[in-house]
Amino acid sequence: MMLLRQTVSRLVTTLITLFGVAVIVFVVIRVVPGNPIAMMLPPGASEADIERLKTLYGLDKSIFEQFIIWFSNVLHGDFGTSISTRQPVLSLVLDRLPATLELSIMALVMAVAIGGTLAVLGTRFRGRKTEAGIDVANGIGLSIPDFLWGLALILLFGVLWPVFQISGRVSPRLELPFTSQFYLFESLLRLRFDIMADLLSHMFMPALALALPLAAIISQLLKLSLKETVNLDYSVLARTKGYSETKVILSEALPNSILPTLTLVGVQFTFLIGGTVIIERLFSYEGLGNMAIDAVINRDLPLIQGIVILFAILFTFVNLAVDMTYAFLNPKLRHA
Amino acid sequence: MSGFLEIRGLSARLAGTGQRLLRSVDISLPAGCVRGLVGESGAGKSMIGKAVLGVLPKAVEIIEGEILLDGQDLQKVSPAERRRLIGAKAALIPQDPLTALNPSRRIGPQITDRLVDILGWTKARATTRALEVLAEVSIPEPERIMRLYPHELSGGMRQRILIASAFAAEPKLIVADEPTTALDVTVQKQILKLISELQARHGTALLFVTHDLGVVSKVCDTLSVLYAGKVVEDTTVERFFAAPQHGYSSALLAATPRHTDPSSSLKPVPHEVLETVAAEIAASDAAWRPNGGARG
Repeated sequence: MMLLRQTVSRLVTTLITLFGVAVIVFVVIRVVPGNPIAMMLPPGASEADIERLKTLYGLDKSIFEQFIIWFSNVLHGDFGTSISTRQPVLSLVLDRLPATLELSIMALVMAVAIGGTLAVLGTRFRGRKTEAGIDVANGIGLSIPDFLWGLALILLFGVLWPVFQISGRVSPRLELPFTSQFYLFESLLRLRFDIMADLLSHMFMPALALALPLAAIISQLLKLSLKETVNLDYSVLARTKGYSETKVILSEALPNSILPTLTLVGVQFTFLIGGTVIIERLFSYEGLGNMAIDAVINRDLPLIQGIVILFAILFTFVNLAVDMTYAFLNPKLRHA
Repeated sequence: MSGFLEIRGLSARLAGTGQRLLRSVDISLPAGCVRGLVGESGAGKSMIGKAVLGVLPKAVEIIEGEILLDGQDLQKVSPAERRRLIGAKAALIPQDPLTALNPSRRIGPQITDRLVDILGWTKARATTRALEVLAEVSIPEPERIMRLYPHELSGGMRQRILIASAFAAEPKLIVADEPTTALDVTVQKQILKLISELQARHGTALLFVTHDLGVVSKVCDTLSVLYAGKVVEDTTVERFFAAPQHGYSSALLAATPRHTDPSSSLKPVPHEVLETVAAEIAASDAAWRPNGGARG
């Protein structure tokens, strides 16, 4: 009963949030200078032509009227038609979503792996040179933003020591036998490791660029929490039982230290997804972010709205997932 | 006679400031006997327990002396070997049952982990043993309790579980670090009785760290009185309560509140007594030579 009420109230809050996002985006992209008609017509088009197109796309009506029309269509599952490509917004956006999801999740996995390893190592060798080195690495990771890491990685792995692909999501010469847009996931399912290697080679640098700042945050927070936990009574008791320091860190301290780190990682992960917009552009990765920038340049109003709404839904889901993981990991909440 | 636990000339200091924490401590504990370690806060009684179990804080360093557990010098073996030795032969009953159980692990594995991981028992045998000791400390429905998390149990129950866990591997030595301090007065008595009974039944040597002389009189055979990291008196319980030899011991005994006369006010340890002890310690510090060699 309790759970049901929580879920319903959460759903209502989410819908209100999404509505607010829709209103703000709708108004802002219509108030800023520039309009899609100017991008579509050749220079020197007649006033009559411009008016005709405006009427065709409904841009002659007031913003309020436009919103009512758009919103009632959205409620019917119709996000409109992209002005620049003349395809339905929904299918355009859903086609690109898997690419961005795969990139973000890969970045998250890398961040957790790198950050987690550094935190455990730093705790194991606390007070020694290893920990000092890790602190310096964390500082560097935190103070350089993802797009600069992207440029640095291109220099390193694209120019000086060209081992990874710099641009795109997959090599164009490859035949893709896939039915979905989740290329990486599907290549794994179909055991097409040749395609998987190509995908990973393309994904490595953008994912790492997104992962490094988050890895630094995870490493720093988790290490702080671990260093506290390894001195608590149950950790000391485990040592008297004969466990090694590494084992105490991994099986006694780590499960209790993950919780405080998790909440922040959830928030930071939404920033990471936001970061895909610039990173995808930098690496010409065909995801949602790259499409968003094109849509803004072309003033493709319906497409921009669709992408922003989808990002908003994505963020809400990430927060929900974090809360659920939190409840799952914390026995006190699980039984309450 | 050599005890199961022999501490000889153990001195320790704080790594940073060089402040001395233990001063040539000698303690002998034969198998199956109970020795109390008493003293004020900061006298070093818990420090000795931690040194025996190899869990001294990083900031504390042992300067000299030996800790012999079952005849083996813990200072002379590798850290891994020391851990294994202590894990197999000794156990700890911690002070605070609320913080000594890991909140994210179920009770069962927290009892069986040492049996399986360190002593190499099979899971089934360890589980049977855990059920056995839980029944021995009067835990009702041990099967169900083993599946619970610590926060689902009361402080008294948790302390029983920790006691069961300490006795599970049949250690020859148990260090009890103020095991009743964090509990309600009503529960304290039961827990004390339980530890005493189990100790007698299993023939375990018990090093009982406490500041409560009343507890010492009930549980211990011998006791060491500590002041500023120095053993000022090493005696049997009968002799101590009949006629304490050292001035500090008598003052400590006199300072114990009595239930028989609630009107009497609490007596602090007199200033002159403390000055005498401090002078003794200063004298022995001046005469002390680390590792038998000349200083400087």
